[in-house]
Amino acid sequence: MTITDMPANVPGPRSGEDNGGKLLDVRDLHVEFHTRDGVAKAVNGVNYSVDAGETLAVLGESGSGKSVTAQAIMGILDMPPGKIPQGEIIFRGQDMLKMSSEERRKIRGNKIAMIFQDALSALNPVLSVGYQLGEMFRVHEGLSKKEAKAKAVELMDRVRIPAAKERVSDYPHQFSGGMRQRIMIAMALALEPDLIIADEPTTALDVTVQAQVMELLAELQREYNMGLILITHDLGVVADVADKIAVMYAGRIVETAPVHELYKRPAHPYTKGLLDSIPRLDQKGQGLFAIKGLPPNLLKIPSGCAFNPRCPMAQDECRSEIPALHQVTERDGAELAGRASACHFWKETIHG
Amino acid sequence: MADFSPDAEATPNVSEVEVVDAATEDEAVDAIEAPVERGEPILQVRNLVKHFPLTQGILIKRQIGAVKAVDGISFDLYQGETLGIVGESGCGKSTVAKLLMTLETATAGEVFYKGQDITRLSGRALRAVRRNIQMVFQDPYTSLNPRMTVGDIIGEPFEIHPEVAPKGDRRRKVQELLDVVGLNPEYINRYPHQFSGGQRQRIGIARGLALNPEIIICDEPVSALDVSVQAQVINLMEGLQDEFNLSYIFIAHDLSIVRHISDRVGVMYLGKMAEIGTDTEIYDHPTHPYTQALLSAVPVPDPESREGRERIILTGDVPSPANPPSGCRFRTRCWKAEDRCAKEIPLLAIPERFAGSDSPAAHESACHFAEEKDVVHA
Repeated sequence: MTITDMPANVPGPRSGEDNGGKLLDVRDLHVEFHTRDGVAKAVNGVNYSVDAGETLAVLGESGSGKSVTAQAIMGILDMPPGKIPQGEIIFRGQDMLKMSSEERRKIRGNKIAMIFQDALSALNPVLSVGYQLGEMFRVHEGLSKKEAKAKAVELMDRVRIPAAKERVSDYPHQFSGGMRQRIMIAMALALEPDLIIADEPTTALDVTVQAQVMELLAELQREYNMGLILITHDLGVVADVADKIAVMYAGRIVETAPVHELYKRPAHPYTKGLLDSIPRLDQKGQGLFAIKGLPPNLLKIPSGCAFNPRCPMAQDECRSEIPALHQVTERDGAELAGRASACHFWKETIHG
Repeated sequence: MADFSPDAEATPNVSEVEVVDAATEDEAVDAIEAPVERGEPILQVRNLVKHFPLTQGILIKRQIGAVKAVDGISFDLYQGETLGIVGESGCGKSTVAKLLMTLETATAGEVFYKGQDITRLSGRALRAVRRNIQMVFQDPYTSLNPRMTVGDIIGEPFEIHPEVAPKGDRRRKVQELLDVVGLNPEYINRYPHQFSGGQRQRIGIARGLALNPEIIICDEPVSALDVSVQAQVINLMEGLQDEFNLSYIFIAHDLSIVRHISDRVGVMYLGKMAEIGTDTEIYDHPTHPYTQALLSAVPVPDPESREGRERIILTGDVPSPANPPSGCRFRTRCWKAEDRCAKEIPLLAIPERFAGSDSPAAHESACHFAEEKDVVHA
């Protein structure tokens, strides 16, 4: 394990296990897709980092680039049409984008694993779940079929699937949605990775099952001291589990903050609008605040700040200049740890 | 099939139905066209049942059982109100919507629309009812025909009900509707793929409004939309309700949105109504354990509350509706279940302990051990 040098502009969160550096550090990542209609810029300079045992929530609407970033980290981006023109993805001090595909294969699944949104389409319908779980051990660790199957049963027990021994030869369609998602989690956990990327892991589930699955995930994360990147659009789920949040809009991070801070005092008009637009369970509000307009087309992202056509605070400056990710400070200039906002008027947004 | 009408007395607390006896079709149509006062019941559902048969064999089909999707539910919808229906997937809420739309035929039970049982209507009277009850679907990507222009989609209801808009008038009418739902009337010749999800849902709403209905049934109308767009569509629907004096049945699994838009809320579990009441009664004073578990499972967008809040995490999944548990259907996942729950079906009624009290906990709840517990503010 080598030590990464900390970039000066990103404030340091609590340190990892034994190496003062970060588990994963994404720097200035760009991803674009070359299509017949032009170049779709899905990710435009994303920076974030995760430590061991830490949960980073990446929040954004569809088309904000949150899943594409995750796919780039996993190395499962379709290339072509995808392309990574610049950026670094540093895992334990090494830039994964410079690795050979053989080296990346060793990391994928072994060190970084992913949980997908729709378990039914992510699992192979013609293979039993035991076979699919065991595949991890057979391919990465060279275990025999029999040993792999025993391991699969163990894993299914681990994620609390009842009667794991009897169900190991069942096929994905024989499980309920919540159970399938547990199998996805088991598969991600199989080789005890350092980092798990969960892409909308509970979006397709009912609230009661969602609560079960999120609790399981949180518990396993604590136990293995894993880093977790949780990709979601649900502000409720984020509030429940995240340590820090990165809000994405049109391929950029528009705000980063520790979880408590973000909900109390958003420093970007988009975050503020999102928080105001969700109805509350514990009180009946009057009208909902609605962000006007639509998320931008990635083929023609508005000039300047991508949010400017929908922003109530937009000025001429916002239409011409792309705002940098500013360090957010208190009124008296004291830096707020871990907080940054990509808005020309972040001061007005947070301090009113 | 003896077990079709489960318990005639299952819901003693719903209002009396004033049945309109229409001898001729004209009388029936007149009754359907008659206006209803605000606050009067416009739709009364009584012991509605829908069983889907399970068959075996290819040539000679034998019925080996039934999926009891809806198993005896009763509720009223009042003129101008929004009734929210919540529940997990598979609890039968979408089947209720289809039954109310007469897209499915009920196995048993009645649906009274202004005193007429719509499950028995036919011909012109049924057509008049269908004009007055419209639907907005969940997925705006699949519920609009990709080969039709927006104008054709919104104007199609006029083909079936030409009395609403004469032929020469239709284009103007469609443009008016586009304007009402906040779309540019010049988009009339565009195709669905040229619109975003939120705009498509507006097209779906415009189609629902085309025939000036009195009731709109919304089946998960915003769950496929992005968070920032959901609020726009919800606000639009609230505005339209005031403008056109509509009654909504709002089916959703997002409990926060249901609270926001609904006047009354019904909680369904496995084909039965577990609890029904005003939004304050259900959200702030739930008495049914299932409602309490459901509410406590909702992630609240406030990190301050995550340590203090008590979470009731249910174990297991919803049982199969083909073979529901005896007695109370929730007992297999309930922490209060006792022997009595396996034997007696709890009635949907104001629990005895709250009878006569005017506390908000005194609302209909189908539980033997109904007990008030605030899980949202805890």
